[in-house]
Amino acid sequence: MHMADALLSPAVGTTLWVGTVAVGGYASKKLKERIDDRMIPLMGVLGAFIFAAQMINITIPGTGSSGHLGGGMILAIILGPHAAFLVMASVLTVQALFFADGGLLALGCNIWNLGFYPCFLVYPLIYKPLIGDSHNSGRIIAVSLLSAIAALQLGAFSVVMETLLSGKSELPFGAFVLLMQPIHLAIGVIEGFVTAGVINYVLSARPELLESIAASRSHGAEISLRKVMITFVVLAVITGGALSWFASTHPDGLEWSIEKVTGKGELQEAEHGIARVLKGIQKKTAFLPGYNFKPEGNDPKKAETAPARPGIEVGTSVSGIVGAVIVLGMIVLIGVGIRSFRGRDA
Amino acid sequence: MTFDTLYFDIGRMDRLSYRETFVHRLDPRAKVIATILFLFTVISFPKYEIVALAPFFLYPVLLLTVGEIPVRFIIKKMIVVSPFAVFIGIFNPILDTRTAAVIFGVSLSAGWISFLSILLKFALTISAALLLIATTSFPGVCHALRRLGFPALFVSQLLFLYRYLFVLMEEAMRIVRAREMRSFGSRGTGMKVFVRLIGILFLRTMDRAERIYYAMLSRGFHGDIPSLKRSRIAFRDLAFMAITIAFLAVFRFLPITEGIGRVA
Amino acid sequence: MSHHIVEFKNVFFRYPDGTEALKGVNFRITHGESVGVVGANGAGKSTLLQHMNGYLMPTSGTVTIGDLTLTGKTKREFRKKVGIVFQNPDDQLFMPTVFDDVAFGPLNLGMDEASVRERVRKALGMVNSLDLQDKPPHHLSSGQKSAVAIASVMAMEPDILAMDEPAANLDPRSRRSLISLLKTFKHSKIIASHDLDLILDVCERCIVIGGGAVVADGPSAEILSNKAFLEENNLELPLSFQGRS
Repeated sequence: MHMADALLSPAVGTTLWVGTVAVGGYASKKLKERIDDRMIPLMGVLGAFIFAAQMINITIPGTGSSGHLGGGMILAIILGPHAAFLVMASVLTVQALFFADGGLLALGCNIWNLGFYPCFLVYPLIYKPLIGDSHNSGRIIAVSLLSAIAALQLGAFSVVMETLLSGKSELPFGAFVLLMQPIHLAIGVIEGFVTAGVINYVLSARPELLESIAASRSHGAEISLRKVMITFVVLAVITGGALSWFASTHPDGLEWSIEKVTGKGELQEAEHGIARVLKGIQKKTAFLPGYNFKPEGNDPKKAETAPARPGIEVGTSVSGIVGAVIVLGMIVLIGVGIRSFRGRDA
Repeated sequence: MTFDTLYFDIGRMDRLSYRETFVHRLDPRAKVIATILFLFTVISFPKYEIVALAPFFLYPVLLLTVGEIPVRFIIKKMIVVSPFAVFIGIFNPILDTRTAAVIFGVSLSAGWISFLSILLKFALTISAALLLIATTSFPGVCHALRRLGFPALFVSQLLFLYRYLFVLMEEAMRIVRAREMRSFGSRGTGMKVFVRLIGILFLRTMDRAERIYYAMLSRGFHGDIPSLKRSRIAFRDLAFMAITIAFLAVFRFLPITEGIGRVA
Repeated sequence: MSHHIVEFKNVFFRYPDGTEALKGVNFRITHGESVGVVGANGAGKSTLLQHMNGYLMPTSGTVTIGDLTLTGKTKREFRKKVGIVFQNPDDQLFMPTVFDDVAFGPLNLGMDEASVRERVRKALGMVNSLDLQDKPPHHLSSGQKSAVAIASVMAMEPDILAMDEPAANLDPRSRRSLISLLKTFKHSKIIASHDLDLILDVCERCIVIGGGAVVADGPSAEILSNKAFLEENNLELPLSFQGRS
């Protein structure tokens, strides 16, 4: 399931973008060191393959609904983690651009959720150690199922965390997890069967093919377990650091989510560091809408309805909505005006 | 959506992006940066903001009209991708029922306000993203990304993907048609057939990759995909950026909508 | 102009899976000649063409162009001299726009921007497709694609042009304009095709491949009118030689 811009806060969106760009940069650097020229067109065309394959629907047995291929796992198995991550990133980018699936700020999240986990966690930690050099079709099915389920559970859990940390949704943590994980269990099972099915089909129809690609994969680009763990820890630290920095400068999102996750209610407003400086500026200017630090004295409703949380600017709602209607009306007029002007030109 | 709808849909989007209008002629870098700033500004509004979001519709409306992009097409595409945001957002009015405002005698809960805010942000962000690609050719976007510092390898992936997207979709469509013609009703759409279809498509893709590699070698390929600089930032690009940034800043930080409302 | 002479001497080629595709191929093509290569499916035409620029290497025997012998080291030189036009333009046009595609070869030759632009202009002009340069290949018709594919090869200014089924996906009119275009080129041309009328029209000489070896080599008009011989090799008379009875 794709994360959406509208549910994101800038802090979370940026953090995930930073993580994704870091991993993408690392992957392309690794690949560039020892890439076989043959891989360059191969990766691109396989991206188009995943894209096209996703458009073919499959009827899920017994339910009548339909699903399709995700692709992260199958790419990791065929191309290895580094190339697979880049291909997955390019598939999701094209989807974000052409279908607006998710959106451009959420693209960082989506690449992370659907690319990072299958390629850099599940493949080296689960798939590869369990499959070894085996070409046994039963084993491929079992390991693929396990891997796909693991990757999708991680991805789904990330969607939950990203949404909660962004603080635009009211869904409590527990309910959200209960909603997302089972759906993705089903999706994971299908993904696993399809992945295994395609790998087994290719192994039986053209056994030499996967080996020849594996030979083109640079040997240096295989990842060691240790490296994965170290990278993961480093990324976690960076992510944590970035998040807490954003949290201190941009209280809107995190405050709320901490409350939701811990159930402890609102934390005391931190009045130190950057936050205090910003608040000082706000108090002087009262520019930031939504915070409304200079109370509008002429608004009686404010006192009774002002909620316990910051962010609801109720006092100005009537004039605000009138204004919004006027502004939207003007925008529509501008649009229609340009259109009819253009129409006369043509 | 069915395969055919998706296929023609993406093809239509692609064709729109090769039109010749003022918006299409702007440098891709200017449009990419403007879009990103726009998205950031929109989602930086707090959870309960709705009023101040209104002026931001000017941006997509201008791109839409000056770029001569059909409104309905964009709206249709927005509706198609809306389920996740709506599905998650609809819990807000259910869970957050505190009365937040009484407007003209109707009481409005905080949940509805935050849900409405999600919907507005959704409409703004999705339309901006769609309009970027509808007014900028995909190769243009890729060159912009390259010159904004994205790794060459990644950008060449995007370009290959774009180039062969249409070729492989046609191939997939032929395979799907063949399946439909021989599967009467529901039979033939199960897991086994599905896997076989994907497998065949995969093998054909591999063969194609081999032929492409051969074609590249024949023309002197040795590891790098070279490209020429194509565009230079012109005055109109700078003007476009400056106006966009000013617009975003003014409406982000000044409560203009409200002011208009109060005056009226 | 001895450096444009293409010579296959006793060329054998075996695929890794053991299939013997070429079993002692011998021929010599001199400068400016147009030669058609015909033969039934699987006779070895494509394998032969793939030796022309070192994509495949002979298992034994030699391929030479002028005084250059094909080896791993001379591959790149060969690729500059021989331009190959593929059967399926979608495989050949791999760049996102026509301009980028035609510029790909010259850029790989290390040319500067101004000369690359000049080459592209010239090559697209040659096939009357200058107005297509900003289009992506998937917006082109089959005829336009094949014209651009030829331009992308011509931009490298090869001495020898090799083509694999150049008219395979073309409607009659595009095929006709392709034929007249080919006739304007002064290069040595090697055209592998089942389209015997095209060969008859464009090539004065014709080589018939059967079972991985040359079974006939001579003037096209002579070979392509020998009904019994053609049928023996799973071919048939060009339409222009078939009576309407």
